[in-house]
Amino acid sequence: MRSDTIAAISTAVSESGIGIIRISGEEAFLVVDRVYRGKGRSKKLSDCMSHTIHYGYICDGDEVIDEVLVMLMRSPRSFTAEDTVEINCHGGVYAMKRVLETVLKYGARPAEPGEFTKRAFLNGRIDLSQAEAVIDVIQAKNEYALKSSVSQLKGSVQEAVSRLRNEMIYQIAFIESALDDPEHISLEGYPNRLREKNCQWMQELQKLIVSAENGRRIREGIKTVIVGKPNAGKSSLLNFLVGEDRAIVTDIAGTTRDILTETIQLNGLTLNIVDTAGIRKTEDAVEKIGVKLAEENLRDADLIIYVVDSSTRLDENDEKIIEMMKGRKAIVLQNKTDLEAVTTEEMLRERMQDHAILPISIRERTGLDRLEQCVKEMFYQGEISFNDQVFITNIRQKNLLITSLESLKQVENSIFMEMPEDFFSIDLMSAYEALGEIIGEKVGEDLVNEIFGKFCMGK
Amino acid sequence: MDTWKKKTLEEWVDVAVVGAGHAGCEAALACARLGLETVIFTVSVDSIAMMPCNPNIGGSSKGHLVRELDALGGEMGRNIDKTFIQSKMLNKSKGPAVHSLRAQADKEEYSRRMRRMLENTPHLAIRQMEVTDIITEEGRITGIKTYSGAVYHCKACVLCTGTYLKARCIYGDVSTYTGPNGLQAANHLTDSLKEHGIEMLRFKTGTPARIDKRSIDFSKMEEQFGDERVVPFSFETDPGEVQIQQSSCWLTYTNEKTHEIIRENLDRSPLYSGMIEGTGPRYCPSIEDKVVRFADKDRHQVFIEPEGLYTNEMYVGGMSSSLPEDVQIAMYRTVSGLEHAQIVKNAYAIEYDCINATQLYATLEFKKIKGLFSGGQFNGSSGYEEAAAQGLVAGINAAMSVLKRDPLIIDRSEGYIGVLIDDLVTKENQEPYRMMTSRSEYRLLLRQDNADMRLTRKGYEVGLISEERYLRLQKKEQLIKEETERVEKTLVGANQKVQAFLEAHKSTLLKSSSTIGELIRRPELTYEMLAEIDEGRPELPEDVQEQVNINIKYDGYIQRQLKQVEQFKKLETKKIPENFEYDQVPSLRIEARQKLNMIHPLSIGQASRISGVSPADISVLLVYLESYNRGRQ
Repeated sequence: MRSDTIAAISTAVSESGIGIIRISGEEAFLVVDRVYRGKGRSKKLSDCMSHTIHYGYICDGDEVIDEVLVMLMRSPRSFTAEDTVEINCHGGVYAMKRVLETVLKYGARPAEPGEFTKRAFLNGRIDLSQAEAVIDVIQAKNEYALKSSVSQLKGSVQEAVSRLRNEMIYQIAFIESALDDPEHISLEGYPNRLREKNCQWMQELQKLIVSAENGRRIREGIKTVIVGKPNAGKSSLLNFLVGEDRAIVTDIAGTTRDILTETIQLNGLTLNIVDTAGIRKTEDAVEKIGVKLAEENLRDADLIIYVVDSSTRLDENDEKIIEMMKGRKAIVLQNKTDLEAVTTEEMLRERMQDHAILPISIRERTGLDRLEQCVKEMFYQGEISFNDQVFITNIRQKNLLITSLESLKQVENSIFMEMPEDFFSIDLMSAYEALGEIIGEKVGEDLVNEIFGKFCMGK
Repeated sequence: MDTWKKKTLEEWVDVAVVGAGHAGCEAALACARLGLETVIFTVSVDSIAMMPCNPNIGGSSKGHLVRELDALGGEMGRNIDKTFIQSKMLNKSKGPAVHSLRAQADKEEYSRRMRRMLENTPHLAIRQMEVTDIITEEGRITGIKTYSGAVYHCKACVLCTGTYLKARCIYGDVSTYTGPNGLQAANHLTDSLKEHGIEMLRFKTGTPARIDKRSIDFSKMEEQFGDERVVPFSFETDPGEVQIQQSSCWLTYTNEKTHEIIRENLDRSPLYSGMIEGTGPRYCPSIEDKVVRFADKDRHQVFIEPEGLYTNEMYVGGMSSSLPEDVQIAMYRTVSGLEHAQIVKNAYAIEYDCINATQLYATLEFKKIKGLFSGGQFNGSSGYEEAAAQGLVAGINAAMSVLKRDPLIIDRSEGYIGVLIDDLVTKENQEPYRMMTSRSEYRLLLRQDNADMRLTRKGYEVGLISEERYLRLQKKEQLIKEETERVEKTLVGANQKVQAFLEAHKSTLLKSSSTIGELIRRPELTYEMLAEIDEGRPELPEDVQEQVNINIKYDGYIQRQLKQVEQFKKLETKKIPENFEYDQVPSLRIEARQKLNMIHPLSIGQASRISGVSPADISVLLVYLESYNRGRQ
């Protein structure tokens, strides 16, 4: 089986005290040797005994990334039964992310969802009776990763990736057609033309990589989305939660979408609160976009807070929201209890048996402590949690962008070295494949289709 | 006497091969050469190894197939070496991975020599007869029946029916129920196969007209010569034997007038009127297809190629068609040099029955019927070379099954033959499948120049390669290894002779000493050139020198692909039991389960190449297989 070297963050991605990056596979020790610097004249970790702990630094060249403790476990005495290294770094999203990225840069690849568990099983570390559970882990994680990886991509990134891929496959198909039918299609002067294109592609990938680093600030926390039809009291709720003595941690206009996001601390829990446009049927173009974004946000939320205006009837907009909340973690706030109830608690309960329903009045500030309590309980009972896949997906995507760029550099080098044209398409294909993984597309018959579709082959 | 009258002919053989085209010939020769009593059926002995379309063997990636087939002990390479009239190494200006041999054949000679080979091979009988039925018992082939009612009992059977099953030739509104070149079609076998649960498809292909040489004005065309020094296809052919007087081909073009005639008459094309139902290949479109699909091109190349030394027929490459006769003649006559062309044979499209090869294992044996194998166009491929390669593998595996020996499976990292067969049995093809270098993911390793080193060992193990040839190969490998090591170690100083040499070749001068190997890696230098400054160089055969040059020059790329192959092999060696039931794996997605159930891959690697099977499905499958295996212990 694949025993190449994989790495991932193996603790929850949160502002906890310590984070652990786990590396497993044949080259685990080799990879860590490249990034670890011990105190003083210490020897290489690959020469050290199994099951020992070492104090030092993770470095990327001269740059010190973090101060760490490294634990070594040699095959087969580890969870995966492979050579395994665990790096205990400072907790917090930023530190863990940097350490993981450094490890990936020096030879490991990001673990697939559930891959450590899979390896542990295949290597006989997990009992046969647990096979089903192992499969469940793989499946659940894959489903989630698939969903989040696509939904997480900014529209503009997805567009750029798709466009780059289209341009690449066209060039690959051109080269391949010429190789296949040299008497019909000539490659005279082609390397120079390709070099220009290749330079452009590299620049664009570079930009995408930078934006993956900076543009999107990964915030740990429970993604909470407030929904409700217009005037139900969503914004008042947000103002209440953010205001008063509760600390505003950041105030970032949504980095991916034009929706206001606030981060608050609630009894030690971090909530990223997204205020959405009211969900209702609309013909107004601008508002339509807002509503669409709200729906998208709803889809990958960890927690939904649904604000109901109890002084009015439930209408088709509410129906829509209720429909979308099915099977999700949600709290229903029956707002405006200070007014006469048209929609009663009983009516709501009948519609939404699974969700907690809290009567409140935001204007009168009543019932809000129960909301706080409710969120806390849900968290500590494990019903809601951080979505660390979002974070991991981001790293994976960045890594694929880097892989793609590396392949293009190889193309550049081949052109420079005046290699024959057939060498170009091999690395171009690798670049194309890596980009495909970002948007969840397999290569399949793409090339053959492009060749036949775009180039006239004779016989 | 009464009993005599009732009796139908009965014969007992080891292997029956149905069809004597390029696949059938290889299959039958392989079985007979392995000592099995073999009978080969053909509708006409005059059509043995016939080339009903283009008059050449090889070409990009197809040349690779022929070299590989030769390395395994097949006949096609030797046959073309003896009967070619022009030869070219294509892509010579490009990397060694895409160099490909292509030779123009004297069609009649090609066919005749192969027929002689079949006729004079011990244990091989030729029978001119249409096969109408296969006979099975408990899911195993036991014999075949001919149109005359004769029964041939056999232990294995190889179907190589080419384009003959329910064949129909069409141009304009003329259609005849014949095989290629007006030969008799085979109209019964399809029904028997269907009765045995085999699913049939209908594919289509086509061929251009043949024109009388005397009616062509060659002065208006560009002459195309063969290579000055011809490289033979077969590793066994002495290069000295193939330096013959070569014939020329000719290049001309279509023009706006041609395209206009085609466009005006499209409604009379059976392709557009719906008269043809079969699926045609996109890679060799008819001229009317090209004009419609690539409307922006104002001309298309046309190659005029001789069909042989003793015929005036010329093949019009690039202009296959199924337009009506009158349109054909008008259209051909618009082409420069063909103004007075006389057509000998009309262009036509042909439709035929074939199978979706996912019904086969990689051994080319039917999953449903033990002992029944198939190869060639019947499996949904196209091309003489693709056919021959499959025929050889199907024949070898039919023999192996009779001899109760391990089957021969060539994987994707070992040869184009492996890529071809894996693609055919794993992917559901929607059109006749043609080989291309881009279909091979490890093509830097699968070169035509090293086919012998990749496959001759296997041919020897099977029993089709002689002890002597195998020893020669080992000797060659030894020489390559020694010379590669020597060159990597040999230092040259920055002395005057060396610097002068480098300057003469526009190469950067040396600052300090360097190995010969390092210099070979420079794009502007080669092993051969460096002989001048490589003083201790031993005298070595050309093919050894070539290998040393390639090994060193492209070392970095080759190493990278070798690493990929290592990963590939890990999945390939994870075998899936033949009777594995995917329905017991509920965690597989429905689409994946259906596909896996249908294709029954032999390894996790093959499973991962099935469209609709995701990496997550593969993970699930691995975990299940592991528990399945542990459970059985």
